[in-house]
Amino acid sequence: MKRFLLLLLLAPLLVSAESPRLVPDVSQRKIEIIYSFTGAELLLFGAILYPGGRVPSDDAQIAVVVKGPSEPVLVREKRKIAGMWINADSADFRSVPSFYALASSKPINKIVDGRTAVIYELGIDNLQLSPASGGDPAADRHFEEGLIDLKRRGGYYSETDSGVEISEGVLYRARIAIPARVPVGHYTAETFLIEKGRVIAAATRDIEIHKSGMEAFVARAADRHSFVYGLTAVLLSLALGWAASTAFKRLRD
Amino acid sequence: MDLYLPIAGLSVNMLVIIGLGGLVGVLSGMFGVGGGFLTTPLMIFYGIPPAVAVASSAPQITGASVSGVLAHGSRDGVDYHMGAVLVAGGAIGSLAGGFLFRLLQDAGQIDTVVTVMYVVMLGGIGAVMARDAIGSILAEWRGESPPGSGRRHHPLIAMLPFRWRFYRSGLYISPLAPFLLGFLTGVMTVLMGVGGGFILVPAMIYILGMSARVVVGTSLFQILFVTAATTMVHAMTTRAVDLVLTGLLLIGSVTGAQLGARLALKMKPEYLRLALAFIVLVVAIRMLLGLTWRPPEIFTVQPL
Repeated sequence: MKRFLLLLLLAPLLVSAESPRLVPDVSQRKIEIIYSFTGAELLLFGAILYPGGRVPSDDAQIAVVVKGPSEPVLVREKRKIAGMWINADSADFRSVPSFYALASSKPINKIVDGRTAVIYELGIDNLQLSPASGGDPAADRHFEEGLIDLKRRGGYYSETDSGVEISEGVLYRARIAIPARVPVGHYTAETFLIEKGRVIAAATRDIEIHKSGMEAFVARAADRHSFVYGLTAVLLSLALGWAASTAFKRLRD
Repeated sequence: MDLYLPIAGLSVNMLVIIGLGGLVGVLSGMFGVGGGFLTTPLMIFYGIPPAVAVASSAPQITGASVSGVLAHGSRDGVDYHMGAVLVAGGAIGSLAGGFLFRLLQDAGQIDTVVTVMYVVMLGGIGAVMARDAIGSILAEWRGESPPGSGRRHHPLIAMLPFRWRFYRSGLYISPLAPFLLGFLTGVMTVLMGVGGGFILVPAMIYILGMSARVVVGTSLFQILFVTAATTMVHAMTTRAVDLVLTGLLLIGSVTGAQLGARLALKMKPEYLRLALAFIVLVVAIRMLLGLTWRPPEIFTVQPL
């Protein structure tokens, strides 16, 4: 009886030792935005380790998610008032990811059940944006749809149904495009191993996107030394205006 | 030729921005307006965030007006006395504009208010200028002498107290009138990202009745100082001035301004005024339509 209880207590540990593990990596841990930045392509790849030489499952699916820093936003809706389109109603959302890209080996709603999708925020419609207005859910839903549509068309949110390739059941890779207008900050790349509608393993890697070189210097100066920065802008404009006027005068004479 | 703008946070085609600056520069040299009323909407149309477009066009207008002020100043085309009163009004106006900007932004109505302001002002001024220019062109065709301006300045101006003499403008009027005019353009510079030349020049001619010789130079003088002050206000409050964007615009506009000034010498002033009236009216009509058409985006997102 005692031994049975012990076994029962240890069972989860034994099972977890039995379940597969993910060894993920990303092609770039750091993305530097320099003067010629027009976007980047991230390669997310890795291996699924099956302990004890178990045969890879046929049903194993992979989903990868790249998420940008979350921020609170205010969404406004325009309505036609007195013949003009004017901002009328608005709603607050507390945590809106600035970037969200999902790639999976099969359509995401076919490989996970609804509850799992909500828990792991798999799929754009399952993002938890935390509406803060406390108003009626229908109105919040309406604004959420508008916000998501805007983000999707802007290239900030995307879902790719067959964006992950799995070879031999153990190696996987996915490409995710990072558009030029992404906000800077701390990004995460999450990989989920999914079997029978449930997530059985997950792993996260961090990605930093930041401005570097001349661009970083200008952005920092504008923020920290705003007076000198403004003065520089004024002096630059005066100098260029004066230079052009003298140059053209020389040309004419 | 893509270039990343550090403050706007996106890549743009360098040549498009330089070309835009050049086009606006030509207009500024020809008509003595800063051209902000074109740059700002066009940049927003190109995808640059409105705040950055407004803030970055201010130093561009400064640059474009430098050569104009130098050129007009060397042939006594600037009434510095009048200019100082306008600049004083403009400085106070830009502070008031900054306050108003914040207020309207919080209410979410900044875009609508700015657009309505554009429509009313551009529409009104464009119509007055077109009528006047067409009148003098028709008179010239009929071989008559152009209709002399019946009154020097608006009767309301004559009613204001404390009169000063503005020798170069040939006026004996209250400084309150140009001060208020300066104030109004200062508010507009901050709100709309314009130098205010398109309102200043006609107001100087039709309301103040200034002598035509000093109108353009004095207007550019006021624009130079007020846009420089506005750049500082934006750099320190909104922090939306993008030096790279400004630099590109400047390269185009300072060159364009020189070409424009050359072109202006070859054209008759009546036709020049008619052309400006036409451009102003087109922009006004386009914006009026923009208010009533269903916008491409019903929802807008603003970070908190």
